[in-house]
Amino acid sequence: MKISIQRENLEYFEANVKDITLLEFLNTIKITVDNTLSFSSGCRSGICGSCSVRVNSKEVLACSYKIQDEDKVEPLKNSQVIRDLVVNMDKAYSFNYVAKAWQSKDSKNVRLSQENEKINEVQSNCIMCMACYSACPVYSVNEEFIGPFSLTRVWRYLSDKREENSTQKINTIQTNGLWDCTLCNECTLVCPQDISSKADIEKLRTRSIIFGFNNPNIINFATSFDGSPNF
Amino acid sequence: MKYDVIIIGAGGAGLVSAIKAKESGAKVLVLTKEYATRSQTSMAQGGINAALGNTQEDSIQSHITNTLKSSHGLASKDAVKYLCENAPEAVQWLDNIGVVFSRNKDSKIAQRKLGGASSPRACYAQDYTGLKILHTLYDKCLSLDIEIKNEKYLLELLTKEENNSKFITGLKILDKRDSKIEIYETKSVILATGGYSRIYFTHSTNSVSTTGDGLAVALRAGARLSDMEFVQFHPTALKNSAILISESARGAGGYILNSKGERFINELAPRDEVARAIDDEINKGEHIFLDIRHLGEKFINEELPQERKLAKLYENVDPVFDLLPIKPVAHYTMGGIEVNEKSQTNINGLYAAGECANHKVHGANRLGGNSLLELVVFGKQAGENAAKYAQEFTNNTFIDIDTNSDYLFKEDKHGTSFYEYQKIIGDIFYKNVAIKRNHKDLNFALKEILKIKKELPFMGIKDKSKVYNTNLIEFLEFKNMLLISELVLLSAIKRDESRGAHYRSDAPNENKAYNKHSLINKESEISYED
Repeated sequence: MKISIQRENLEYFEANVKDITLLEFLNTIKITVDNTLSFSSGCRSGICGSCSVRVNSKEVLACSYKIQDEDKVEPLKNSQVIRDLVVNMDKAYSFNYVAKAWQSKDSKNVRLSQENEKINEVQSNCIMCMACYSACPVYSVNEEFIGPFSLTRVWRYLSDKREENSTQKINTIQTNGLWDCTLCNECTLVCPQDISSKADIEKLRTRSIIFGFNNPNIINFATSFDGSPNF
Repeated sequence: MKYDVIIIGAGGAGLVSAIKAKESGAKVLVLTKEYATRSQTSMAQGGINAALGNTQEDSIQSHITNTLKSSHGLASKDAVKYLCENAPEAVQWLDNIGVVFSRNKDSKIAQRKLGGASSPRACYAQDYTGLKILHTLYDKCLSLDIEIKNEKYLLELLTKEENNSKFITGLKILDKRDSKIEIYETKSVILATGGYSRIYFTHSTNSVSTTGDGLAVALRAGARLSDMEFVQFHPTALKNSAILISESARGAGGYILNSKGERFINELAPRDEVARAIDDEINKGEHIFLDIRHLGEKFINEELPQERKLAKLYENVDPVFDLLPIKPVAHYTMGGIEVNEKSQTNINGLYAAGECANHKVHGANRLGGNSLLELVVFGKQAGENAAKYAQEFTNNTFIDIDTNSDYLFKEDKHGTSFYEYQKIIGDIFYKNVAIKRNHKDLNFALKEILKIKKELPFMGIKDKSKVYNTNLIEFLEFKNMLLISELVLLSAIKRDESRGAHYRSDAPNENKAYNKHSLINKESEISYED
């Protein structure tokens, strides 16, 4: 099995293995061939979100991906590469804070039914692996975009019966948020937990319109159609 | 001083204590060697115990009785009472901050039965209980503006001694990204760094980060560790990868079978008993399987979706249709940093919570569902007490130590890399310091560990870069694990009896003389205390 890894240069590594995960391969190379190979890992079982990388230009969890001959491994996009496959995720993490992705205050005696719970079941499985963040094309034009996983998390709290301040949740994501998404669905395709941020963003849009917000892209288009300045 | 409370570790215990310290008015900082949300807590699947009686009648007294029984006399009655009495409130609090628990038909939090429990007591969120709790705690921390710094590795605790009393002054931290040493001044520290199951290397369900750093650092600073010989083996890990398959699979009615398709143990007995029964079968040459086929695809998809995913991916088996090959591996370490009823260690201002601490609630064998519970109950206790201590602390000390990190970059002058020794230690432990132990095997293991210890001065790292040097971090973790390994062995050799997870085939009965906690200090001296 021959795999290439994007470090400072693209490097090729070979090992006589089959049916192993990329993480197992990386560990083997690190321990037996090159102690300097740098990557992150944790649980080995797809739940901690530490080991996401790109293989053949698609985001995967190294621990959940079985390697194939001639695979090309690269670090995630949209984040500064610290070394080899390790990227700095601080900025990505900060979007949950920007988006106020939490329950506004502790609830009291709110009873959730099975139906209430099911609304958030999948969204609350997010492991923050940043696969969607890396795959999102919006970051190439707007680095401050409150991206897919943070918007999903806003939806997760907004749609929860225990959230009392929907207005604040909706207000917070109007700028650099849900209207910047192009609905390209790349986030959904790479999510290891089968979450569709695109679908959640669409739900947030519908909710925003109910709250009286408009899609700024459409307004801009309408008011500047005749070429007059848009004040 | 800059901070009131610094918490090391951003797993469940760390985040709960951060929230509680912050709510108590303290200036709080959380440091983690990974990122918050990456911790071992995310891997907890089964549930969190509280006698809510939502599914079937239950009582706090039953929770206490079950926990004490499973502890084999080694838990503190007061601590267990405190844990179980505070459980309903702990779960209610998690529900209030937004954890998406599974619900039953009566719109109450759903509960399932785990081993050793007289009632369905574990509140769960499918088999993603730990993940959902951890992420909600993280979100709650953000809402409180709690400062969290990622990729900071704890090197040492800084202390000062005055009038025969030692107290915390700060921390020495290695920034993983640029390998610079940072000094943090703080009035108090809460260690929430997790357990030490990784000494078993690949023979453990745990994250690669569960290297016992907090215990090793605390010991070096003068804290004591207790009950280090007690390591829980989880009966059902996947055979090839040692990845955990939750006890909830058995709680729901799953069978454990041998190669002949026979059941040979009550699947819902406590983990030590089930693991021993499986070990006996394996020694007879049997292969062991978990059978959940009869639960049906619909049930498995709804209640155990992660188990199915893991089994397919790592064992190439779909448990809906086939038997799942399993084996017991190291899962949870009962031993930990010795703390009192305030979660405080013998060093003033140093607290510990979660798996790295020993609150004496698990004794010789932990019950499933009690560890998520402990991190909420004692995380809260540690956070509140550390904040209180910081408020009352007046001493002003100035820290002046060298922050050059060059000394850490020790060149490897040994033919064998520490990675190889790490594997050797793991294999030795899995063979000799596991489910069934005896004097001869334990002494053999100790001899081997001491040999490796002798080689340590010649070991080092090959990677010289100051940028994100994982070779360096892993070497530091290895040194901590080597230290912990020796302590586990010394404690296990000295406990000449069988109790819970510490089973000695050469002394198969409980011995009243050992109805005590083992304590070990920096000088590796062992004593026993009630």
